[in-house]
Amino acid sequence: MKTENQRGWLFVLPVLVLVAFNALIPLMTVVNYSVQETFGDNLFFWHGLGWFEDILRSERFHAALGRQLFFTATILIIEIPLGVAIALAMPRQGFWVPVCLVLMALPLLIPWNVVGAMWNIFTLPDIGLLGYTMNSVLGIEYNMTQSPVAAWITVIVMDVWHWTSLVVLLAYAGLIAIPEAYYQAARIDGASNWSVFRYIQLPKMKRVLTIAVLLRFMDSFNIYTEPFVLTGGGPGNSTTLLSIDLVKVALGQFDLGPAAAMSLIYFAITLAVSWLFYTLMTRDEQ
Amino acid sequence: MKPRALVPILYILFLLLPIYWLVAMSFKTTNEILGGFSLFPQEFTLENYRVIFTDPTWYWGYINSIFYVSLNTLISLAAALPAAYAFSRYRFMGDKHLFFWLLTNRMAPAAVFALPFFQLYSAVGLFDTHLAVALAHCLFNIPLAVWILEGFMSGVPKELDETAYVDGYSFPRFFATIFIPTIKAGVGVAAFFCFMFSWVELLLAKTLTAVEAKPIAATMTRTASSAGYELGLLAAAGVLTIIPGAIVIYFVRNYIAKGFALGRV
Repeated sequence: MKTENQRGWLFVLPVLVLVAFNALIPLMTVVNYSVQETFGDNLFFWHGLGWFEDILRSERFHAALGRQLFFTATILIIEIPLGVAIALAMPRQGFWVPVCLVLMALPLLIPWNVVGAMWNIFTLPDIGLLGYTMNSVLGIEYNMTQSPVAAWITVIVMDVWHWTSLVVLLAYAGLIAIPEAYYQAARIDGASNWSVFRYIQLPKMKRVLTIAVLLRFMDSFNIYTEPFVLTGGGPGNSTTLLSIDLVKVALGQFDLGPAAAMSLIYFAITLAVSWLFYTLMTRDEQ
Repeated sequence: MKPRALVPILYILFLLLPIYWLVAMSFKTTNEILGGFSLFPQEFTLENYRVIFTDPTWYWGYINSIFYVSLNTLISLAAALPAAYAFSRYRFMGDKHLFFWLLTNRMAPAAVFALPFFQLYSAVGLFDTHLAVALAHCLFNIPLAVWILEGFMSGVPKELDETAYVDGYSFPRFFATIFIPTIKAGVGVAAFFCFMFSWVELLLAKTLTAVEAKPIAATMTRTASSAGYELGLLAAAGVLTIIPGAIVIYFVRNYIAKGFALGRV
């Protein structure tokens, strides 16, 4: 049982100051831009909610949001079950455990632009290992710079390569925390592998899987560097996800007002979905 | 060997293929790369690595990155430790809302904050310093560190605190000499994640630096666009960015799995 103690605020103060400095001031700057129109020279005019209305109606935003949702949904559907399956198949003890863990964690620690560059080199049609194998050995036409389908598949496979290990690590941590007695009880009852998974392993992994889904949702929804380095959003606009589009508007065209309004809408969507996950999945704990 | 052992083996092979290709490229000469496909380097060369280790604009990139990542890990942990203790031990006004608000900062897309961050850190005179990047990365690392540490601390029975007070320990002494050593696995896991997310982030690090504190990742993107397409050099630089991460994983390998299991995470 926790004690009622307002001293807690004192302990939280350093975190509060640091995060507020980094979060509130930039957020206020964005809010400030989002309601103004600028013509350069630091001249600003009140524009009210005009930008928000424009963006919510703009087809370009709808298209980018649609691509983003498709991307996030696809990688969640692939990475979460795949991660759980790999964690289930991993050895529980012995020499191979640390070897597996170190090798699997490797992609997580590679800077994001290097991930993009690495996959770019890997998929080059004439000299990349994957590109060459596909085109010249298997005879399947594969060129990311020309085919949107190839670009999409590559972006998704790259994300699966990059992040499935996070799900594996979390799911594995949940699995090895299950006491051996549970499995013995299941064996005595003659439970099938499926029932062991459904009624013992899955419920015990619920908490770590909540974290995995939340982290993967937040990070994939905000993804920028890897697909930008890999495809630059192309061919055409086919792999322009929300962040890439946002940076194009903000830094490419320097339209501060629309970019800021777009940021706020974007942030609001992430917040709403994450809050929903968080509430749904932590509901039983209270 | 059981057939299900194939699953992790195949997965690891899939993970290693692109990395192998990067390593192979880094040992090839530019001529060989542009000349066509070869599975292994035909004229094995260390030239690409020599360039990186002798050119200050290259190797300073690594030093800068390691410097601000370490600084960020220290700041994040120092701030997150007392906060996580408060969340795990006390109830105070608005604690649940505060906890969720902290988490929301992990959700903010870095692309949203790039421009305001540039203006903010220019205004306070920190632009192009290691401290600027270290502080900016606190935005997403502190919430995560608090989240992880809170889980570990809640796993420690409250009796430990009470016994220590009865034995006459002051709070700071108890916290530093008893409590932190008890949850050292948690501190290890939190440090690992802070290091990881600060090391791999590029957008903010690039926005907040120009020359003095330029991270290695930024050196790479600028080289890729300016000096033509020197794939071998780029590959060598990429390989070198993997090494610090690999060393860190090796040291925390036992904590990663056990650590998560011990905590409420």
